[in-house]
Amino acid sequence: MSLWEYANPKKFMETSARIMPWAVGLASVTMVTGLVWGFFFTPDDFRQGSTVKIVFIHVPSAMMAINIWIMMLITSLIWLIRRHHVSALAAKAAAPIGLAMTVIALITGGLWGQPMWGTWWVWDPRLTSFLILCLFYIGYIALWQAIEDPDTAADLTAVLCLVGSVFALMSRYAVFFWSQGLHQGPSLSLQTGERMSHVFRYPLYLCMVAFGLFFLALLLIAVRTEIRARRIKALEARERMG
Amino acid sequence: MIALFLRDLRLAIRAGGGFGLGLGFFLILAVLVPLGVGPEPQVLALIAPGILWVGALLACLLSLDRILALDWEDGSLDLLATAPIPLEGVVAAKAAAHWVTTGLPLTLAAPLLGVLLNLPAGAYGWLTLSLALGTPALSVIGTFGAALTVGLRRGGLLLSLLVLPLYVPTLIYGAELVKRGAADLSTATPLALLAGITLGAVALLPFASAAAIRINLR
Repeated sequence: MSLWEYANPKKFMETSARIMPWAVGLASVTMVTGLVWGFFFTPDDFRQGSTVKIVFIHVPSAMMAINIWIMMLITSLIWLIRRHHVSALAAKAAAPIGLAMTVIALITGGLWGQPMWGTWWVWDPRLTSFLILCLFYIGYIALWQAIEDPDTAADLTAVLCLVGSVFALMSRYAVFFWSQGLHQGPSLSLQTGERMSHVFRYPLYLCMVAFGLFFLALLLIAVRTEIRARRIKALEARERMG
Repeated sequence: MIALFLRDLRLAIRAGGGFGLGLGFFLILAVLVPLGVGPEPQVLALIAPGILWVGALLACLLSLDRILALDWEDGSLDLLATAPIPLEGVVAAKAAAHWVTTGLPLTLAAPLLGVLLNLPAGAYGWLTLSLALGTPALSVIGTFGAALTVGLRRGGLLLSLLVLPLYVPTLIYGAELVKRGAADLSTATPLALLAGITLGAVALLPFASAAAIRINLR
């Protein structure tokens, strides 16, 4: 009973059909609990007031944005090496979710920054890295859309994901270097890790788990849709020939 | 490989527009930016390295789809793929020809445009060095993007979307090199990293580009 059994689309569809109600249910429960707990049942921070509570959306979405790209990298590698179509479709399905997470992270970061530091946007290394990640996602999705043959598209986007990951990593360090500027002054940083009391920490962990389950639920829905779309195309092709 | 390199050079110089286009665009950009930003010398001096680098990026982008698309359309890419030399060598030769016809003229023309943009006096040498080191990376990365989009009819805009994020590290280190050199700060880090990116890209990206071309030729 190995993981590779789920490369078989039929087996994947059966198993995901059984997992999905649980994934959707758990995601909803943890998301609602985490967000309500975080927003309504935690005290206001003595320094940052109540606006800091947007961290419960901001941090999990930022984490997911990165993790989804890593997941796309792994599934792209699996597609290139073992040619499992389900893997390629998983990468294709995950990309828009990752893009949405990146945008949510950027917007919630701005919403947090405005009352806090008086500015919607600042070119500090973390935000800039996320903006660049956003561009990588957009390029990846655009390449999938542009190519007609699904196998060629899967191959080319997998190569793009590989090369893009190397450059994304390089960009991250380049941006840190760039943000030092000519004057090594203190940089505006939306640090959340510092001195987070356990009153905030536990709802934050719950929200991280919730966002992860949310991604899983969305991914399963999207991959099942992609598999069904391919089956429909295959049936149509057979009809046209027969 | 040399024959292929010379062929691409001749085609770029002969087929109208390819050769001077990048330079012309670079010049226009150097004129438009002060028109947009205002003629104040201090402001221009601050942004000159960045503008020159972004201009080099965009000028390189203009001629990228010419590298492979023309050969794809008339079938010579199939012939090159089945030729005795490895496809990676083909890609490397084409990227080299692209650099000679785009990156090299930009590197030589940049100091002149630096005058227009009030580049600080100490920065000219650094500008030439950074462009000389960085533009080969632009050509190689651009060739990779061209390989990904070679089969598409209107792949030009998608090519820009794919390639510009890949240009970010080179841009950052290149512009930083010029700025720090002009301010007499330590330039070791950006210099080393810029050279490292270029060398790494030149060594490794042809393999990815050749893989992409083979996928597209299937």
